[in-house]
Amino acid sequence: MDPNAIDKAPDAAADWPDQIYDLLKKHEIRQVALVPDAGHSRLIRRCLADNAIAVTTLTTEEEGLALLQGAWLGGQKGVLLMQSSGVGNCINMLSLSHIHRCPMPMLVTMRGDFGEFNPAQVPMGEATQAVLEAMGTIVRRADRPEDIAPTVDATIRMAFNTFRPTATLIGQRVIGAKTFGKD
Amino acid sequence: MLAESGKLDRRELTRALLEDRGEMAVIAGLGAPAWDITAVGDHPLNLPLWGGMGAAAMIGLGLALAQPARKVLVITGDGEMLMGLGALATIAVKKPRNLSIVVQDNEHYGETGMQETATKYGVDLVAMARGAGFPHTMLVTKPEEVPALKAAIHAGNGPFFAVAKIDAASKKLVLPPRDGSIIQNRMREAILGPAAHHQL
Repeated sequence: MDPNAIDKAPDAAADWPDQIYDLLKKHEIRQVALVPDAGHSRLIRRCLADNAIAVTTLTTEEEGLALLQGAWLGGQKGVLLMQSSGVGNCINMLSLSHIHRCPMPMLVTMRGDFGEFNPAQVPMGEATQAVLEAMGTIVRRADRPEDIAPTVDATIRMAFNTFRPTATLIGQRVIGAKTFGKD
Repeated sequence: MLAESGKLDRRELTRALLEDRGEMAVIAGLGAPAWDITAVGDHPLNLPLWGGMGAAAMIGLGLALAQPARKVLVITGDGEMLMGLGALATIAVKKPRNLSIVVQDNEHYGETGMQETATKYGVDLVAMARGAGFPHTMLVTKPEEVPALKAAIHAGNGPFFAVAKIDAASKKLVLPPRDGSIIQNRMREAILGPAAHHQL
């Protein structure tokens, strides 16, 4: 990881990104839509290395919900990976899930959440859960590494078993806050 | 197929594009394109959108990736396409050979009082698609160009993008089913068979 990168990636010893990848395989996820986030960087690399998963890099997160809708029409399960700021880009597009009863699981890495350095991340970080819930999303948080896999598992299950938008918010406390060298 | 304005009639164009469609799945952007595909014959392989403005092309991509052996056609309006322009980049990178997008461009927001869109002022969606990397594009303004448009949609060497300049007049409202779960699940069943409803 670039030491000058603004966003913080999970510690190399942390194995929760690999646990999420294993869950994607267990649930037969075939399409992964994403706008990159450092918190998801290792998971993204795992998905890109997997020929059975089609990874689509989006220009904006709302495209990903439309992609999940199309994938489901064609019989494939998908998930959307994004940073909390991207949730704000998704609001109206979440209506697709309710219009059609389309499963739409989202795995969100939080910024502006716990020890944030960058003021610009705080407004959307503070609003992320409220915005998702205002659009009828079932939201569950994971703020400890050992909570991430079971929460992601529940998020994927609830989306595909009950046909609605669901989200796991992976807390910044797990990922760590970047300090720009201003420790 | 021409309206009095000398431009293509949207419904006649839609009828021509969907004639002998075979197993092609069709996504229609909200508003007039959704009424158009319904007016020329509602079909289980039609997904007329009631909302999600800006979503049509990306729904087409998700479906095209999931069903690479099936042709997927997105028919949408200029306003809807303008709201999701980033999708042109996303789709061009993924290069789905079975996906075509046809923008029925009347240069207006037809459902909200006929306000002008950016295409009225020269914004060139075909050039944008070409710039994004779509290998095949067309601008269609005349009835005699429609057979080539149709052939390109069925050629399977996409992604393909076309703009058809159409007459701005509104047509009779022909509404698709309003329950989106029916619209979605009839397409899933048409593609996946009865297993669509039992899949876990």
